[in-house]
Amino acid sequence: MSQRPSVIRQTIVTPIVLIVALLIMAALSYQFGSRAFNRTVVEMFINIMVVVGLYVFVGNSGLLSFGHISFMCLGAYMTAWLTIPPVMKSITLKGLPAWLLHTQLPMWVATPISGIFAALFALIVGRVIMRLSGIAASIATFGLLGVINNVYSNWDSVTGGQGSIVGIPPTMNVWTGWIGGAVAIAIAYLYSISRSGLALRATRDEAVAASASGIDIVRERLIAFVVSAFIIGLAGALYAHFLSIVNPGAFYLRTTFITLSMLVVGGMYSLSGAVSGVVAISVLIELFRDLEKGISLGGHTVGLPNGVQEIAIGIITIVILMYLPTGLTRNREFSWRRWPLQRRLPRPVQTALKELH
Amino acid sequence: MRELLQIIFDALSLGSLYALGALGIALIFGVMRLVNFAHGDFIAFCVFAMLWPSIDAAAVVFAGQLPFYLLIPLLLLTGAALSILSEIVVFRRFRNANPATMMIASFALGFVIRHLLLMLFSSRPKSITLWPSLGLPVEFLGAHIPMLQVVTIIITLAVLVILVLFLKRTRYGLEMRAAADNFTMARMLGVRANGVILLAFAISGMLAAAIGLILATNSGTADIGMGANVMLIAFIATVIGGLGSIPGAVAAGFLIGAASVVFQATLPHDARVFRDAFVYGAVIVVLLVRPQGLFAPKSAKQRV
Repeated sequence: MSQRPSVIRQTIVTPIVLIVALLIMAALSYQFGSRAFNRTVVEMFINIMVVVGLYVFVGNSGLLSFGHISFMCLGAYMTAWLTIPPVMKSITLKGLPAWLLHTQLPMWVATPISGIFAALFALIVGRVIMRLSGIAASIATFGLLGVINNVYSNWDSVTGGQGSIVGIPPTMNVWTGWIGGAVAIAIAYLYSISRSGLALRATRDEAVAASASGIDIVRERLIAFVVSAFIIGLAGALYAHFLSIVNPGAFYLRTTFITLSMLVVGGMYSLSGAVSGVVAISVLIELFRDLEKGISLGGHTVGLPNGVQEIAIGIITIVILMYLPTGLTRNREFSWRRWPLQRRLPRPVQTALKELH
Repeated sequence: MRELLQIIFDALSLGSLYALGALGIALIFGVMRLVNFAHGDFIAFCVFAMLWPSIDAAAVVFAGQLPFYLLIPLLLLTGAALSILSEIVVFRRFRNANPATMMIASFALGFVIRHLLLMLFSSRPKSITLWPSLGLPVEFLGAHIPMLQVVTIIITLAVLVILVLFLKRTRYGLEMRAAADNFTMARMLGVRANGVILLAFAISGMLAAAIGLILATNSGTADIGMGANVMLIAFIATVIGGLGSIPGAVAAGFLIGAASVVFQATLPHDARVFRDAFVYGAVIVVLLVRPQGLFAPKSAKQRV
């Protein structure tokens, strides 16, 4: 055996553990869950895709992005344009170009196209945004969210404006949801062990040293931005097929916040953190949804007022940031070697990490 | 000529609003490197502070009924208090955190405030009438300018003058500028960190209240999302003004206001709803030429 086992052999356990865990959840809910519960699980899988996509950019680059939900919006509308039957499109979306008006693709074709569309868009805007310094780039992504929302809620003839577009084939079930989540995790894993992912993490941890070693920060950030946009574009397309309607309000501040807080709660800098954050927050949301609906106590229904859910998630996020800034997983990855969650590191690295925290 | 005058006044008053917003964000960024994503919700909170909590369609005006000489100080105090409170409860614990963490924390705080307002007031916009006489136009060189625009511009100029005097002529202003330039060095030279940061938050909160008052008077409604738009543009203004530069933020606020009004006046009718998208497009062009912003301060350069 060589001195250094390959990166894949050292780290392949993480994505496998995650994907198998999700498979177990999918199987359990398919077998035992009610219809409503299955829908919740599908929604969770889609959120996993979004948050894993966010992790590809935020986790590897250390830059915060508030704009990634706009890629979800792009993906969702693209798949709506491609899959709604032409008869319906010609009534509601008159402004579409003729070739788009007359095509109808199956979901399996439309979804990757939507992802590629989002990635292309990210490539164009990313070239500008990635040139900015860290904080300015984050603010600019927030501007991107505003622009996309502005355009999609006002371009009535193509996007249906503020209202919803209906008629997207509802083709999602837990298995397609699981496949989506698994694809997202696989792409994110492959990216993070790639040369570019390694280089980007180097710029995150020590920008000056990284650029002195010949890493082009702007280029590596752009690659991650495009990859993450692709994943989130896919997620948006699946989300459209899940709800079978799209409207621009679904891709704005609330979703941005919920997905970011999922990432933060789990641990921003690790793939396992991204996935476990989604699971944790989804459970919380479901819990509060039930509480808001009310529990019957001796004939009376006692419920929390609507909106407690969001306030609680906001407060939990702040508290986690204060006391556990590295999230539930402490930014570590799941692996077999030492449960719980401790990756085996050489001694000096462990000591250094201890001093750091 | 008349139309031109109208456009100039539109641009100045809209620019004033954006400049006040950008100022509120730049002040806090200067002393703490915190991009305050809760600022828009501070604005909305100040507007809703004039109403009594109820989820009915008709607004129950509460503090809004007070005469203006009581209402304005009360609202400014509310803004300052909310801002200071959020510093003490939340942001104080993130002093040494990295910017990304602080951003999410402020975003979370804004989210909490927004949903608190939603819970108390429901999402329906409510009509609120403040000083209807300000809506009347005044004649100025043949153009009809709404009184409110004139008042907005005068208030903004007054705020800017007072702030410049404060920053340049008083001890606290000097401390704040020093802190904005190099916080660690300022502390070593005896500037009290807590004092300066609290002061910055108080001023920023008052600016949010002022924006809330102007918006509420102008639109006659109280809407949960009304602060978010101003905040978004104010953010963009701080970026193209050069992060960390207070005069840059104000100038860029006025510039964006002017650009919006010019686009509104010159774009073909169908494209007008996309005015904001055009404004951001212009912003992107500016950033392509000068990624560091138009008025990048010397202190923004990364030191190695």
